Amino acid sequence: MQEQQPLIEVQNLTMAYGDFVLQRDLTFSIAKGSIFTIMGESGCGKSTLLRHLTGLKKPAAGNILFSGVDFWQNSHKERIEVLKRCGVLYQSGALWSSMSIGENVALPLRQFTKLSQAEINDLVELKLGLVGLKGFADFLPAAISGGMRKRAGLARAIALDPEILFFDEPSAGLDPISSSMLDELILELRDSLGATVVIVTHELPSIFTLADNSIFLDTETRTMLTTGNPKILATESDSIKVRQFLNRNDPLSV
Amino acid sequence: MTKHCRFQISEDNDILCLHFIGAWTTHNKGCPLPSVEDVPLSSAKTLHFNTEKLSSWDSRLLVTLGKIIEGAYKRGIAVDESDLPEGVRNLLKLTRKKVLTPPKTAGEPGIFHRIGLQSIVFFDHAQQHLTFTGKILLGYMRLYSGRARFLKRDLSYFLYNCGPMALPIVTLIAFLVGFTLAFIGAVQLEMFGASIFVANLVGLTMVREMGPMMAAVIMAGRTGASFAAQLGTMQVNEEIDALETMGLNSFDFLVLPRMTALVLMMPLLAVWADFIGILGGFFIGVFSLDISPALYYEQTVTGIKLNHFLVGIIKSLFFGYIVAFCGCIKGLSCGRSADAVGKSTTSAVVSSIVFIVIADASFTFFFNLVGI
Repeated sequence: MQEQQPLIEVQNLTMAYGDFVLQRDLTFSIAKGSIFTIMGESGCGKSTLLRHLTGLKKPAAGNILFSGVDFWQNSHKERIEVLKRCGVLYQSGALWSSMSIGENVALPLRQFTKLSQAEINDLVELKLGLVGLKGFADFLPAAISGGMRKRAGLARAIALDPEILFFDEPSAGLDPISSSMLDELILELRDSLGATVVIVTHELPSIFTLADNSIFLDTETRTMLTTGNPKILATESDSIKVRQFLNRNDPLSV
Repeated sequence: MTKHCRFQISEDNDILCLHFIGAWTTHNKGCPLPSVEDVPLSSAKTLHFNTEKLSSWDSRLLVTLGKIIEGAYKRGIAVDESDLPEGVRNLLKLTRKKVLTPPKTAGEPGIFHRIGLQSIVFFDHAQQHLTFTGKILLGYMRLYSGRARFLKRDLSYFLYNCGPMALPIVTLIAFLVGFTLAFIGAVQLEMFGASIFVANLVGLTMVREMGPMMAAVIMAGRTGASFAAQLGTMQVNEEIDALETMGLNSFDFLVLPRMTALVLMMPLLAVWADFIGILGGFFIGVFSLDISPALYYEQTVTGIKLNHFLVGIIKSLFFGYIVAFCGCIKGLSCGRSADAVGKSTTSAVVSSIVFIVIADASFTFFFNLVGI
């Protein structure tokens, strides 16, 4: 078996707000091209872990490595370079409300590439086409529905053809059909763009359709219970809690 | 790896083949992209692609391909995509899958259309203001009959926030206004040897005009803006909807404590501003014009009657109402985005100040007419 360097490595990460420790000793790695899910109960620190991975919050202890380089050892400029390789889709899209959908997608292209305006317009139309929003470029975020806003947020996240895509609860607030369409879209984008995908979610259908690898965070012990492919974990995990979570069992019935 | 991206064209009978060479990526800024118009689509019957020499690709290749293929379809040329990388084919397929069609939007309105729209907006606003005034009246009637519900804690919080918390800034501004008035007045009055009347000038101006006015303008920027931003953000977070669905009257709950607090506190702030302004004038009078403190005091006390204070207090009651009115109405009619909150805050401050100045002018005219 060939040993490839993982794209993201997390070593002994401790996440804390002030003195309050949310999770400690998280160690896992995310392979290039894989789809990795972060699972756990509400309030266990899933979104906080995502904030750590996207460079918004500095670890209280431990390291986060991108392609073998410690993120927080980098200079500010190098950190920005790493972040440019990432795209993030926030829970409710987080579109900038004063700009149209098209301008939202165009902003990173305008700031970080030297393409001409015409080329940027073409790219914006392409990205919106990829998420099924062709022709919506001139609409303001307030004028479209929540699901469409999420798609537009995805178009913005893939504007720079990122190597790593982060999703915070992609199916939250979407109906089952839209949410499975979004899952399919995530898979297709991963396969065609060759991107690595990190998803925070507790939607079981999404977890089983998408994930090749995962981590399970626990609120009680304040650390990770396990990491691995959720399809396997569902039947073979040592932890009752993980099996319950993945099989939707009532804690009392086990 | 070649840094340049380009394509070559080879033709074989009816088959046109495009060879993509090099790195077709967004970040490859080394060379301008070959344009789509370079492809002689007219002569061929079938379009093929060759990507053997393509070193890397991203959306840039997709954009170009999309245009070429579209052009080919329009001319009725068959396109064979089978030699493209699998990822490219999938993404192209994805772009063609049309999920949603945008609704038709009207084009740019003409000049008359826009005038019409603006007039409608104007009358809508006028109506909105009238309705809001009515709501305030009804709200206070409910309060009077004990049927209005809001938190006592909210009221005391706003009283504290509109009163004591605003004192430092009101003190600073009022002192400097009194100071400036005395300076300018002194230069003019000294020419007539009437320096002592600086006391009357500062006293009257502060008490009748500048005290209430400056307090109101400060409160518009400080508290009116915060009302609008607070209520606007509550609107964005659906907090106001939550109050309504719980059966609470959001108007009573949110507007009444704010308005009551500001209307009660504004006259107090104005009177405080009066005294501080007079103190500012006193400093100039005593230290710069060499008027004895006792004389300045005497001149001020004889110059200002209780009437003048009352004029200022009546004005400041109305100013308090105006600031709270503008802050609350703009906050409650806010849209549901960050941008809308910014706009409603700005418009709350601007309209407060405009209405304050208009009200002040009307009051001055009216009091002059009745001779107070």
